[in-house]
Amino acid sequence: MSLSGEKAEEKKKEGKEAALLELADVVKRFETGAGTVHALEGVSFSIRRGETLGLVGESGCGKSTVARLVMDLYPPTSGTIYFDGHDIRSGDEKTKKARRARMQMVFQDPYSSLNPRQRIGRSLEEPFIVHRRGDKKERQERVAWLLERVSLKPEAAKRYPHEFSGGQRQRIGIARALALRPDLIVCDEAVSALDVSIRAQILNLLLDLQKEYRVAYLFISHDLSIVRHMSDRVAVMYLGKIVELAPRDALWRHPRHPYTRALMSAIPRAHPGRKNGERIFLTGDLPSPLAPPPGCRFQTRCPFAETRCRNEEPLLKTVEDEHWIACHSGR
Amino acid sequence: MTKLLSIRGLRTWFHTRAGVARAVDGVDLEIAPGETLALVGESGSGKSVTALSILRLIQEPGRIVAGEIRFDGMNLLTLDDRRLRAIRGNRIAMIFQEPLSAFNPVQSIGAQIVEAIRLHRRTSRRAAYARAVELLEQVGISSPDIRVHEFPHRLSGGMRQRAMIALALACKPDILIADEPTTALDVTTQAQILDLLKSLQTENGMGLLLITHDLSVVAETADRATIMYAGRVVEEGPVATLFTRPSHPYTAGLLASVAIDDLPPGERLPEIPGTVPSLLAMPQGCAFADRCPKASGAAGCFTKAPEFSAVSPRGEHRVACFLSAMSPAWRFPVPAERKTLPREMEEDEKIKAKEAA
Repeated sequence: MSLSGEKAEEKKKEGKEAALLELADVVKRFETGAGTVHALEGVSFSIRRGETLGLVGESGCGKSTVARLVMDLYPPTSGTIYFDGHDIRSGDEKTKKARRARMQMVFQDPYSSLNPRQRIGRSLEEPFIVHRRGDKKERQERVAWLLERVSLKPEAAKRYPHEFSGGQRQRIGIARALALRPDLIVCDEAVSALDVSIRAQILNLLLDLQKEYRVAYLFISHDLSIVRHMSDRVAVMYLGKIVELAPRDALWRHPRHPYTRALMSAIPRAHPGRKNGERIFLTGDLPSPLAPPPGCRFQTRCPFAETRCRNEEPLLKTVEDEHWIACHSGR
Repeated sequence: MTKLLSIRGLRTWFHTRAGVARAVDGVDLEIAPGETLALVGESGSGKSVTALSILRLIQEPGRIVAGEIRFDGMNLLTLDDRRLRAIRGNRIAMIFQEPLSAFNPVQSIGAQIVEAIRLHRRTSRRAAYARAVELLEQVGISSPDIRVHEFPHRLSGGMRQRAMIALALACKPDILIADEPTTALDVTTQAQILDLLKSLQTENGMGLLLITHDLSVVAETADRATIMYAGRVVEEGPVATLFTRPSHPYTAGLLASVAIDDLPPGERLPEIPGTVPSLLAMPQGCAFADRCPKASGAAGCFTKAPEFSAVSPRGEHRVACFLSAMSPAWRFPVPAERKTLPREMEEDEKIKAKEAA
């Protein structure tokens, strides 16, 4: 087959495969006593089957709101979230339940997401009971297998959450997310609370599982190095908006948005004496999501802001193959 | 160089119902004026307990059972309370990870800085206020004359940490202990705070004890580092040496875990197997032995604790390991991929394939 033929074949494949998850212009606002919190303002992205999309940004940028919307924990104010081609809010309870089995979540703090009064075996069995899979014996076999899969001994099933270390609890959290063999796992700061020596164990586990089951990850983290290692594509968020979305290598080779560049230059390097170019210091603080600034949301801290940035909101537009930015200067 | 602070054989134990937890078990360290020493370790390694022991801020059931902490010719562990209070917050100051819980929520930050100044210096309230405004300006808080009247909850995380630093610097301390000062902050704010600490240190010539779990913060800011594991120091040396020629397998493992940027994305990472031993049930030999791929019975790793000894001719690089002659290229192995599909999962797989077809 000729090279162009191969490419066409690839294109066809991509075209045939609809996105597993798609967010279309999602807005989420919260009404509070102090006013309306503009948590998300028009967020759109998609994740393909077996792909990892990294979502980075600082605290308060709306990363976790995205995770909760995707898991259907609350409805968006406007916009639609599609899972495998269907609106996640559509269908009767039965369809919704079946859909929910296909998407799971791993939380930052595995301790608060496990029932402290339930043995681990029972917690892991729960998804099978809820979705009526297998009889008692089969369920127990699966629990044993899940524990083995995340490198825990079968005896762990008889113990309680407090008897485990942080890393072990996170593995239990992953085992539970894995139980129903989902197509999508949302990892919200899944390794942030773990010690560095344990982090590699969990990341390896996530990588293995993806290779084995072709599960897609929405990988949310504030740690750029980890996002880079895990993701195929990366979205950078700032104050409720995506400012840049690009394939991993393109983003690291040529970060275009001033915020992305500031974020990358701020990562301390693990090599004394080796710096990542000139550090761009951001002045000031994140503006309040109660009253986001007019125009570009980053204009109050952007070293390159011009008059246009203060008046007109930049739209997310493509600058290169699959590389999107929301910036007037488009550097 | 004369040492500003030196700790010898510090043991801080917690006498709990479940037994004695040796949180700090024989720690030695020294800080020279103008130097930044990083105290590195994971959760439960004893780094914060070491810092709190310096100012004798350990609470029951914790007790400092042995050791000596020398500061300016005094042993802080035997000093009477009045003289210790004259040092605390004055000549040795401390900043904490979560400034919101370290500040008094019902007093303005200005009032708290004034209190700290007037506790140790004989100045008028007015002069102390002027000094507070000056300090806030020095740490990069905009419109300090307004912010001085602000309550802690009104400030953002980065701002609050700056105010905390201003409070700690109020009496121009000789030593500043910073316990995870940037852990709760975002990366862009972290860069600002570390930069601020460095420049303030150059101005005042104070010694900085930086407690952190983040090796990249160490690489950026510290001159020397002390690595702790399960209550003991495992390695100590100049940062440049530690990062290029680590002598303890644990240090090497930590470095490999953070050098994630040097690996091709998506590839499996080298891991340190297992978990930290419980402080209540410490192994007889080296605490790291059962996670260490190099540990051997012949060397005595499982039977006796290794001595802390110099590995460099001038003695500035020291390590507690029987097998300290490590090659710089040594790495923790990347574990083999695990792949096992049980029977019923294979069936699931077939059903899924059918549905897709």
